[in-house]
Amino acid sequence: MVDALAIKNLDKQFGALTVASDICFSLPVGARTALIGPNGAGKTTLINMVTGSLKPTRGTIEYFGKDISAEPQSARARAGLLRTFQVTRVFKPLTVVDNIRLAVVQRRGTAMNLFQDLRRADDINQEVFGILTQLELADSAERRVDSLAYGERRLVELALALAGRPKVLLLDEPAAGVPKSESSVIMRAIERLPPDLAILFIEHDMDIVFRFARNIIVLVAGSILVSGTPRDISENKQVREIYFGSRHHAVD
Amino acid sequence: MSAFPKSESNWPFELLIPAVGFALAWVLPDQLGFLTQIATTAILVLALDLVTGYAGIVTLGHAAFFGLGAYAAGLFAIHLVSEPISGLFVGGLAGMLLAIPSGAIVLRARGLSLIMMTIAIAQIVLEIANKSRALTGGDDGLSGIELRPIFGAFAFDIFGQTGFVYSVAVLTLCMFVLRRVMRSPFGLTCEGIREDRMRMSAMGCNVKRHLTAAYALGGFFAGIAGALSAQTVQVVGLHSLSFSTSAEALVMLILGGTGRLWGALIGTLLFMFIHHIAAELDPFRWMFTIGGMLIAVVLIMPGGIVNSLDQIGARLGSKGVRHG
Repeated sequence: MVDALAIKNLDKQFGALTVASDICFSLPVGARTALIGPNGAGKTTLINMVTGSLKPTRGTIEYFGKDISAEPQSARARAGLLRTFQVTRVFKPLTVVDNIRLAVVQRRGTAMNLFQDLRRADDINQEVFGILTQLELADSAERRVDSLAYGERRLVELALALAGRPKVLLLDEPAAGVPKSESSVIMRAIERLPPDLAILFIEHDMDIVFRFARNIIVLVAGSILVSGTPRDISENKQVREIYFGSRHHAVD
Repeated sequence: MSAFPKSESNWPFELLIPAVGFALAWVLPDQLGFLTQIATTAILVLALDLVTGYAGIVTLGHAAFFGLGAYAAGLFAIHLVSEPISGLFVGGLAGMLLAIPSGAIVLRARGLSLIMMTIAIAQIVLEIANKSRALTGGDDGLSGIELRPIFGAFAFDIFGQTGFVYSVAVLTLCMFVLRRVMRSPFGLTCEGIREDRMRMSAMGCNVKRHLTAAYALGGFFAGIAGALSAQTVQVVGLHSLSFSTSAEALVMLILGGTGRLWGALIGTLLFMFIHHIAAELDPFRWMFTIGGMLIAVVLIMPGGIVNSLDQIGARLGSKGVRHG
């Protein structure tokens, strides 16, 4: 079966600074792959290149076997290659419902429709409420996003990506900045995502990484240091030295 | 409950426009020309609100579409067909046909460079109109616009009664259409782009194409406003294309509140009345009054009158709920 996403020899240079060098990996259908690495390793840069907001210097990106390297970000998103952002990018003055409607409309490609009354667009609204229920947001549906707690905003962030019916989902620290007590809702939502969806997620919390990931990619200074199953990674000496650092030394 | 109807409400609030319009005409029966001018300007400010308030494109050159619509409708009436309704569409179409290519140019830039380009394009159009004396009358203006009766029944009269009713009707219709557009996928997408382009793009939105469409629609309504002005005043001057027309429209919008259609209307009404009264009291220093008022509104009511009154209303409302 063809991979959902295949990254081949991706390079990115900003002048003399190399932020990605010869990155190769693939996500099979249904992948649960964690992308880890120290700050500044180039994790978000990699997501930016895959989704098309940043143009790589060299390399190709294949989406279900098709080279999409030249496609603009919006076309990739409409095809189901979607992401969330590390720093929440939701539409603050709009209500939760309008946020999700906005995403549904983009996916359907009906943004140019001038006269459809969104409040009475039953098919859109049913879909919106399905997503809100899935993310336990239905009670906040009519509230403006800027009146929500940060944890709920993170859920809206996730909802915006899910409304695009992703086939490949790139999550950039989905629970970043959310207190542990609230992050369980986000984690539950991610656990319940369809099994055939390919997910790549950046995460610093190792408990979350080892709970969700079936595969881990370790990125250091713009290149892949090692990748493998959680067991391989936790047993890898180099990773323990570079990434897990003093904590593991202390235990030893 | 919001103090001003948001675009979500179902009520035909557009009908407030003729209600207020006719009340004003009853109080000020010898000021019909001035009230007509308010109605035409309000359409221009609504068009600007679509572009600036909803889609987030700050422009100081929207008079280009207003003026072009005015000249197009004037020339159409003089040389081709003197039927007014078709003249409105000709004006709107002219505005839109200029907005599409100029939008494609200015929307490549953002922020200050974008504003500068909108000014530049309006200046170019102004200069072309100024130099094409044979066609536009140059700085003498385009005169001799005679119109057939509206629907063949209502002739334009020297007291401006028909012109007033006509312009209120067109404004009401424009408001009716724009309120529906603003609750459509198109309107919501405009607001999304205004808030975060990058996010919209990551959700699959073709941002450039959408902004160009919004700019074109803004050009269409500004063109209708210009055409209405040409038909009711029966003269088109270079002033319709000028920087001050663009700037005043933006001031009216900021005064009333950007991103709210009612803000555009209330800003226009207030600005033009204060301008009118202040200029009558002191023809040389009325600018001080306007300037002072603008500073006061920006300081006391950031976000404009409509948005601030809504916030006050919401605060009172939520207090009421809390206490019982």
